[in-house]
Amino acid sequence: MRWINIRPSRTTTLVLAVLPFALLVAAYLAGSAARLAVNDGDKLLPSLVSLADAINRMAFSPDTRTGDYLLWSDTLASLSRLGWGLAISTLIALVVGMVVGMLPTVRALLAPVIAVIAMVPPLALLPILFILLGLGETAKIALIVIGVAPTMIRDLALKVSELPREQIVKAETLGGSSWQIALRVVLPQVLPRLITSLRLQLGPAWLFLIAAEAISSDAGLGYRIFLVRRYLSMDVIFPYVAWITLLAVLMNVALEALRSGVFPWSNPVRT
Amino acid sequence: MSDIKIDNVWKEYGDQIVLEKISLEIASRSFVALVGPSGCGKTTFLRLLLGEEAPTQGTITIDGTPLVPEPGADRGVVFQRYSVFPHLTVLGNVLLGKEFQNSPVAARLLGDRRGAAIEEARSLIAEVGLAGAEDKFPAMLSGGMQQRLALAQALIMSPKVLLLDEPFGALDPGIRADIHVLMKKLWHETQLTVVMVTHDLREAFTLATRVVAFERPRDRPEERERYGASLTRDIEIWPPRVAGAPTVFSPDRDDPVTSMGLGRDDPASIVEGVAP
Repeated sequence: MRWINIRPSRTTTLVLAVLPFALLVAAYLAGSAARLAVNDGDKLLPSLVSLADAINRMAFSPDTRTGDYLLWSDTLASLSRLGWGLAISTLIALVVGMVVGMLPTVRALLAPVIAVIAMVPPLALLPILFILLGLGETAKIALIVIGVAPTMIRDLALKVSELPREQIVKAETLGGSSWQIALRVVLPQVLPRLITSLRLQLGPAWLFLIAAEAISSDAGLGYRIFLVRRYLSMDVIFPYVAWITLLAVLMNVALEALRSGVFPWSNPVRT
Repeated sequence: MSDIKIDNVWKEYGDQIVLEKISLEIASRSFVALVGPSGCGKTTFLRLLLGEEAPTQGTITIDGTPLVPEPGADRGVVFQRYSVFPHLTVLGNVLLGKEFQNSPVAARLLGDRRGAAIEEARSLIAEVGLAGAEDKFPAMLSGGMQQRLALAQALIMSPKVLLLDEPFGALDPGIRADIHVLMKKLWHETQLTVVMVTHDLREAFTLATRVVAFERPRDRPEERERYGASLTRDIEIWPPRVAGAPTVFSPDRDDPVTSMGLGRDDPASIVEGVAP
């Protein structure tokens, strides 16, 4: 049988999916045990016990200085920045993307400038943002918006222009005005794409968030990682990275569930 | 009334001449089939009638008024594909025209007005043989049912003119025959003037009152760019078919006689118990 025709059973699929994770964990444990056997003060690959200890310290016991449970206060700070950044980006992308996609005049005006802005490396703008907006929350949220919005706008405008011409003409023959067609024909059909686009931008958004927090902050997941780096506290960094990954994965799953729950017709048709 | 008069229309894209010297008068209530080989400008001509594109020269008038250069509610259309909105149910698709018409800002109807519109939409859905499928999305319908839906959606606006761009070209022969019966019924019962582009000569002669052929008189490769297609044949069907009146040969001259009732188009997918 050809390789392209070999399909794994359900059980095999599950086993195959779990396998790489198991291998990663095993490799870590082996490496950690080997290093600790040579030097029991080794900090690079801490044992499960010291990881658990660090998690307990960060998440479940109050900080001796502030009395905060650091993991949770960091998470709250980071998620609120991320949430604001993504919410603003999504709103901008929806409005600008639809207008650029639907109105040829606005497209002529804005499409080139958006294409250029999307090419500016956002991290290169970070110093400018800090200088202009100060070191507070605004600059961090602005970085996320600048990093994420142009791509989302372009993606949405593309999706709008991909709608079959026949559909728009049909809507016109039903007497729809530009506004009505935007509201009833275009908007509902691009919303699923907007959610997908947001989902794909989660990675870059986290990148910009951590970068901004690393440079200037007093709370946040990125701030904490870069702070404890000075003490080589891998026992804190590993759980934080795992936690950030878990948050990102959950957001991804939640957004996908939202799309397929609210817009069932947008699910790909399996034939 | 909806007399369409096309007077010496040319259509060029840059240097490429697509249509030349097209003059045609389409009487109210007629059913004109446009036939011709691929790439001879039939669809371009339909787009001119639709207002999606403007002629390079010449004029098109409906009842003496020049055509507005954009699609409007007086001309309904059914394309071969993408004629219905995938994000709306069958009922939502048919309601949309009413909602556009009566709710300029929200484009949604509420309360009694919505009830009345739903009533009207439901009877039209039943008319095209989709009763029971009101809550389905187009992706759950077969090709033939989608085209029935597209017809209902266009007809709720009571357009003067219905333009069909190879509407049944992608359907299986049996389903096509059923939808032909429906198309005839709709043409007899409504006030439509129909212009249909088709590849299928048999379909043209089955449905139309008049068959008009487009052809490129000069079609050598070096001539193709500078000479467009023009009208080469204009055939009145004999004996004449008259809208609203039974013909001598009933209902199709070439097809086996089928009832004028609900067709065989996917009766299984029509909700159990309501099936014909």
